[in-house]
Amino acid sequence: MTPPTAEPGWARALLIGGAALLLGLFLLLPLAAVFTEALRRGWAPAWQALSDPDAVAAVRLTLLVAAIAVPVNTLGGLAAAWCIAKFRFSGRALLLALIDLPFSVSPVISGLVWVLLFGAHGWLGPWLQEHDIQIVFAVPGLVLATIFVTFPFIARTLIPLMQEQGRAAEEAAATLGASGWQTFRRVTLPEIRWALLSGVLLCNARAMGEFGAVSVVSGHIRGETNTMPLHVEILYNEYQFAGAFAVAALLALLALVTLGAKTLLERGGTPRSLAA
Amino acid sequence: MSVTVSRLTRRFGPVLALREVELGVRQGEFVALLGPSGSGKTTLLRILAGLDFADAGTVEIDGEDMSAVPARARNIGFVFQNYALFRHMTVFENVAFGLRVRPRATRPPGAEITRRVRRLLERMQIGELERRLPEQISGGQRQRVALARALATEPRLLLLDEPFGALDAEVRKGLRRWLRELHAELGLTSLFVTHDQEEALELADRVAVMQAGQVAQFDSPAALVAQPANAFVAGFLGHAARLPARLAGDALHFDPLPLPPLPRTALLRGVAVEGAVLAFIRAHEWDIAPAVAGEGNAVVRSCRPAGGHTHVELDLGGYVIEAEAAHGLLNYGQPCLLRPRAARVFPA
Repeated sequence: MTPPTAEPGWARALLIGGAALLLGLFLLLPLAAVFTEALRRGWAPAWQALSDPDAVAAVRLTLLVAAIAVPVNTLGGLAAAWCIAKFRFSGRALLLALIDLPFSVSPVISGLVWVLLFGAHGWLGPWLQEHDIQIVFAVPGLVLATIFVTFPFIARTLIPLMQEQGRAAEEAAATLGASGWQTFRRVTLPEIRWALLSGVLLCNARAMGEFGAVSVVSGHIRGETNTMPLHVEILYNEYQFAGAFAVAALLALLALVTLGAKTLLERGGTPRSLAA
Repeated sequence: MSVTVSRLTRRFGPVLALREVELGVRQGEFVALLGPSGSGKTTLLRILAGLDFADAGTVEIDGEDMSAVPARARNIGFVFQNYALFRHMTVFENVAFGLRVRPRATRPPGAEITRRVRRLLERMQIGELERRLPEQISGGQRQRVALARALATEPRLLLLDEPFGALDAEVRKGLRRWLRELHAELGLTSLFVTHDQEEALELADRVAVMQAGQVAQFDSPAALVAQPANAFVAGFLGHAARLPARLAGDALHFDPLPLPPLPRTALLRGVAVEGAVLAFIRAHEWDIAPAVAGEGNAVVRSCRPAGGHTHVELDLGGYVIEAEAAHGLLNYGQPCLLRPRAARVFPA
């Protein structure tokens, strides 16, 4: 007997087949292509491309930027989500819209704002030059642009969960004598830890892969301000396909590992498994 | 602990949730805050706990003004409507929480915490659940965990927000009796919020009936039922029919309703004024008989047995009247003759 909501067999086959085809074509095929191209001439050239000093510098820089941007966004995202989910205040809707801003504006603009602010001809440019501080076309600029672009990930992951959980548990902690910090550490944080980790990983994947905004503020100085995505572009434009794909494959691998970790967490992160 | 609330006012935007509330709870009392939703009872409870703040007025506990004392320094046990248990902690850790977060100087040693939590869980008859998570136990068990958690820090004032709201009737009954005993045994002063009048009348020493942000009446259950202070209380308690009537001369007249007038001497609570009034008549205050020869003024709409009598719902000129009749006296659809024996009247 078929359940009343089931479609006939041919329709199901068509829908499932169509979805599988789309997924394969648009998600799996490009990924496979990256790895195939990277290893087309074997491991040696790929390894060579990766151990090139400029490539190593790009990997280092990418990890450094992510290592700064992700913790900053974790704190900022937590604070924003906490305010929005647990309190009603004037300007709440505005804050919510601001959190979405980096998602809605083009990454080019996200990069350009920093140039306009801190660039040589920007608002604060002369002052920065006087004090010999370099922000744009240097690591601080890359970090700022990355923070801006990846800000929504953590806040957006946390807000629905924290809203659903409400304030009752925190209030209960307060009536039991817990201080604000104790409440946060023992009640709020543990109740959102899986969502937080998942948001952090998503933020990290994006921080390492960000291209547009970073490209605007980078200045493309090899070995100094090139992150992995920028390095891939440069190599590709110079027809060094093997090298470009090798670095791209490493970047894709980092993203895959991050996503894998996130999936594992989500599967293992249901409260029931914590009982053991 | 005694609680004194004076001129307490709380406003949410344009809404006045509490308006100059006065309430005095004596040491050891079990008090119910009873009222329809939106009457301000939960707001009052939350202000007592320090979870919300008054715009004006004061709360004193044992004579001490609480306005500058934060919730965490009040040591008031609070049981939340949906229990608000910590989802990620076992039952044991939930109950131990209040002891573990104490500053080092006053925190009992680990073994002492374990001993106290176990003893409390035993007393709540949930000792075997200590390693479970809140989502793995039933509603009634969660209620007991919430209570154990609130009592772990040995508060002397216990506040409960709709403590039985989410439970089914059978569990509710058992827990009520048990809570009453616990209250007496531990020498607590307790306040609980409810919208269920039976629960309030059965459980509390005194009931504060709340109406639109004010305490309409604060009295013992017996006094509330016998002497409601106003039309709201009379209508809220005791399933009374509420009929428009007119006081004139020596009698209460119900016209245009087809009811005979009631002599003034039969009024349980009279008003001096003549004219339009609201009359409240309870189910047991009606004389009811099957109609003879077309003399009936009401029609039976439903009958159901209720203990020693049959509970009858009648249609009286468009008004629904609840009355008590002898078993087997009336049937569905039967015309009958209704006559009030007593009434309470309030200015309309």
